[in-house]
Amino acid sequence: MSSVFSQPFFQHAVLAGTFIAVACGLVGYFLVLRAQIFAGDALSHVAFTGAMAALAGGYDLRLGLFAATIGAGLLFGGLGRRGRPDDVVIGSVFAWILGLGAFFLTVYTTSRSGSDQGGAGTTVLFGSIFGLHGDQAAVAVAIAVLVCLLTLLIARPLLFATLDEAVAAARGVPVRLLGFGFLALAGATAAEATQAVGSLLLLGLLAAPAGAAIRLTDRPFRALALSAALAVADMWGGLLLSAERPELPPSFAIMATAGAVYAATFLIRPSRAAQPAPA
Amino acid sequence: MLLASDATSPVFSWNLPADFQDMWSYLYMVNAFRAGLVVSVVCALVGWFMVLRRQTFAGHTLSVAAFPGAALATLAGFSLSLGYFGFCVAAALVIAALGRKGRDAGAEESAVTGTVQAFALACGFLFISLYKGLLEGPTALLFGDFLGITTGQVLLLAAVGMLVLAALAVIGRPLFFASVDPEVAAGRGVPVRLLSTLFLVLLGAATAEASQITGTLLVFALMVIPAATAQRLTARPAVSLALSVLLALGSCWAGLIAAYYQPYPLGFFVTGFAFAGYVLAHLLGWAREVVDRSRSAVQIGGTA
Repeated sequence: MSSVFSQPFFQHAVLAGTFIAVACGLVGYFLVLRAQIFAGDALSHVAFTGAMAALAGGYDLRLGLFAATIGAGLLFGGLGRRGRPDDVVIGSVFAWILGLGAFFLTVYTTSRSGSDQGGAGTTVLFGSIFGLHGDQAAVAVAIAVLVCLLTLLIARPLLFATLDEAVAAARGVPVRLLGFGFLALAGATAAEATQAVGSLLLLGLLAAPAGAAIRLTDRPFRALALSAALAVADMWGGLLLSAERPELPPSFAIMATAGAVYAATFLIRPSRAAQPAPA
Repeated sequence: MLLASDATSPVFSWNLPADFQDMWSYLYMVNAFRAGLVVSVVCALVGWFMVLRRQTFAGHTLSVAAFPGAALATLAGFSLSLGYFGFCVAAALVIAALGRKGRDAGAEESAVTGTVQAFALACGFLFISLYKGLLEGPTALLFGDFLGITTGQVLLLAAVGMLVLAALAVIGRPLFFASVDPEVAAGRGVPVRLLSTLFLVLLGAATAEASQITGTLLVFALMVIPAATAQRLTARPAVSLALSVLLALGSCWAGLIAAYYQPYPLGFFVTGFAFAGYVLAHLLGWAREVVDRSRSAVQIGGTA
């Protein structure tokens, strides 16, 4: 048991996972608050196709990942709230994008015949945080720190713009630019989370800690900090669980912890609401 | 999928009767075409109502539930069909019990849905990784595979499909009424809530059928895209229902033919063909609008 913690792959996973979780907690809080969880869902589709396209083209997986998700984030920002297409259009487009991802997956797995590439699709879809090398972990940490700093930098005006867009715009807050920049940050976070838990599960890492934090407190900045803390706790809990029980894949363990923590907040809330509110 | 990489890979000639003879000399291709027929008819009809009722989000959640169902069936060794139908119908009942919250609800509900979907997918991944024997990993379940369809499966698909269609035929007219104008329908004594629950169960069954052809992630290719295309092309219900069936069948069979001759997965071709039709329908719609506008402008100019 103790031997696992001294293994380099576990240390890399904890190091990268911690910073990725902080970034996911911070960005996820704003995603939930701005009711843009569906954008996260869309980003998860795009992340898969981007990563597979890069692999099929012979580039680094992360290049395609970041290019696709940040590009998609900017595209959503460009479409804006007014030009938002309805969910039938979104569903059609994303079914097609996923189909394209399946195409690239086959191109990639059949182009290098004989070599052990069959797991590439699984890796991108469901992540493999224990497979991160030292330099990969370092890059992931650096990008996560950058995302966190940028999010904290724009946190105050972004919160204002989220809670009351009209007043914020009247006060001279660049609402449109903020929304644009935030979606680009969300894209970068999605690409980061894909390396940890995979593109299909990143939605849970974005939504669960933020949803739990919003249930637990009404104060925005406390909820923001709580969301990041819960995300880190989910990540550590998942990694520990996976180290304890090696048959559980880390992505599942992380999602299970996140889901359990979120479910626990539903048990806490009613008892707190039942108490008379102090006047 | 592995078929075309064989040394004796079939080559598409434009001599169609010979091509079909070649394809249908394999039992699994005949079964694939039969299953495609059943699934596209059922999915197009149910999907048409789903698009009309704007319940694509519920459809997405149901299709996500199909993945852990199939994975658990593989792990525990019971029938794959049972896993698909059991999980999808159970998920439909859960959604119906929670009520129609969907996308319009607040931020908190969307966080719940996102978490539940991700957790369902994670469970599927757990079952897959516990079951070591699956060589291709989860990609066959997620993106569709048509090589292993047996005659028994086709019969089951057909039986469930008939049930769904029969139920849809019975509730079709009141369901249409309730979808278009729920308040007036409720006022006239139509049991709107019961119909909505029934429809979700039908949707679950149809999603389970489609998952077995296109894979759980690409169910929308047969459920949403044909119906959306048909509703874009014509406003008359009967015509667009028929058109939606034709489009689904067309893209499914064309996808099967393409997947037989190319080494790429079936899901890619089916989504590709369906989406091409959707884009064409939109272009056609815009072109028609532009023509109408210029014609009316000419008429106004002529009378003035």
